[in-house]
Amino acid sequence: MNTINTEQIRADFPILSEKIYNKPLIYFDNGATTQKPQCVVERIENGYYHLNANIHRGVHFLSQKATEAHEAARQTVADFLGTPRREEIIFTRGTTEAINLVAFSFGEAFCSEGDEIVISVMEHHSNIVPWQMLCERKKMKLRVIPMNEKGELEIAVFQQLLNERTKLVSVAHVSNVLGTINPVKDMIQMAHRMNIPVLVDGAQAVPHIRVDVLDLDADFYVFSGHKIYGPTGIGVLYGKEKWLNAIPPYQGGGEMISTVTFEKTTYNELPYKFEAGTPDYIGSTALAEALKYVLKTGIDQIADYEHELTDYATERLLEIENVRIIGTAKEKSSVISFLVGNIHPYDIGMLLDKLGIAVRTGHHCAQPLIDTLGIPGTVRASFAFYNTKKEIDLFIEALKRVVEMLS
Amino acid sequence: MTIREIQDEIIEEFSQFDDWMDKYALLIDLGNSLEPIDEKYKTPQNIIEGCQSRVWLNAEMNNGIVTYQGESDAILVKGIVSMLIKVMSGHTPDEILENDLYFIDRIGLKEHLSPTRSNGLVAMVKQMKMYALAFKAKNN
Repeated sequence: MNTINTEQIRADFPILSEKIYNKPLIYFDNGATTQKPQCVVERIENGYYHLNANIHRGVHFLSQKATEAHEAARQTVADFLGTPRREEIIFTRGTTEAINLVAFSFGEAFCSEGDEIVISVMEHHSNIVPWQMLCERKKMKLRVIPMNEKGELEIAVFQQLLNERTKLVSVAHVSNVLGTINPVKDMIQMAHRMNIPVLVDGAQAVPHIRVDVLDLDADFYVFSGHKIYGPTGIGVLYGKEKWLNAIPPYQGGGEMISTVTFEKTTYNELPYKFEAGTPDYIGSTALAEALKYVLKTGIDQIADYEHELTDYATERLLEIENVRIIGTAKEKSSVISFLVGNIHPYDIGMLLDKLGIAVRTGHHCAQPLIDTLGIPGTVRASFAFYNTKKEIDLFIEALKRVVEMLS
Repeated sequence: MTIREIQDEIIEEFSQFDDWMDKYALLIDLGNSLEPIDEKYKTPQNIIEGCQSRVWLNAEMNNGIVTYQGESDAILVKGIVSMLIKVMSGHTPDEILENDLYFIDRIGLKEHLSPTRSNGLVAMVKQMKMYALAFKAKNN
């Protein structure tokens, strides 16, 4: 049973009633970024009009107000992720910056020559490159968990990859290409048995499934605001207090210090130690607004509804001759990658665009995965709770037309 | 025909269609009619790697005239490659270097050449001019 009222929800997202090439926009590129509800945009506007003053250092009224809003936003994020400790929430520019922060600071504190980092074959470039940079810097090795033909990680191999040289595991909660929901809770348990911490890249998970960092027992969990109906340029690093206290700051500057002399600087406490410079307090409050919107709609209701949409779209896609779905894991989020015969994904994407349908094509910033699959890329349709079955019908109709033109 | 005349002819051909899908149907036809590149030229050196699709390009000069061969794995890109070759092939390096390419913009397919599209076409146009420049230098 779903309680999602798409009509009501769509009214909250003004962009969804726009026309593209004179056709109603059908937005199926939610894996790349999501659209924003009016309340989020209004929060940004209101922030700049009525709440703008630099935080944490002003004695004046507005600064106090802005500081309260920023810290309230931190509390909202903490509640959303299920941690009782708000100082475990660090605001970053996004998932990418959060991973880079951990790769740098954790690397400085705990890694040395010969050590190993474990990632998976289905990682986004942002969960590959920072670790490669660390490996280069420290002369370490990157080990990669393979997957089966359905796009599920080989957990037995993962277990074998873990050894006394493994310093950290960093893995996607949900694959941005295949939609696979990885069994991160089990993987964390396995790693913890060997005292290895785990970072979970939740960029594709938080908008779609319930995440509880305590239940997962994740050591680090990261996500981006813009993929969960919030603004661009703001994201979150959750880290267990013991780890965040044990690693050095990532960037130096204002806000992150306790005392500064030319001889020595002592660092501020958590979370400020990792928030050098003026934080994006407008972004953080708008992100909190987005999270509240999601909570109000109901994350389980969203998950159920999107699951229904994904099943329906999969079923309808398979009506089309020579369609190949890339990623058929048992546990899947609302992402469908596909190919049709030998048609290049770029051609399908360009023609769908002309019919008002936004999908993503290409390698989706996961080149190693696409190379492993031996394909030129995929067409990816990714759904959000404001999408409808009717849109899927229109998409299938358009796809049939496009395929006929290209065959 | 001059580079200008060929471009004008293409613009004329596309101007009969208002609907995007008709324009793209013509582009697909052009892509299908592109003579396949000689397998021996489909080398890693001749590949222009784009984010989305790949383009191969080869150029030769005989008696002062440059001819290009090209291909792509995406049919729409191939259609544009076919037009670029039609426009640029069969001219002297000077003619190729002196003339602006305005037809893609005029037929409304500029988005394929936008740098953010990264389908290898921007790099291809640059590479075509580079070949002309290299042949010119060689001639002198």
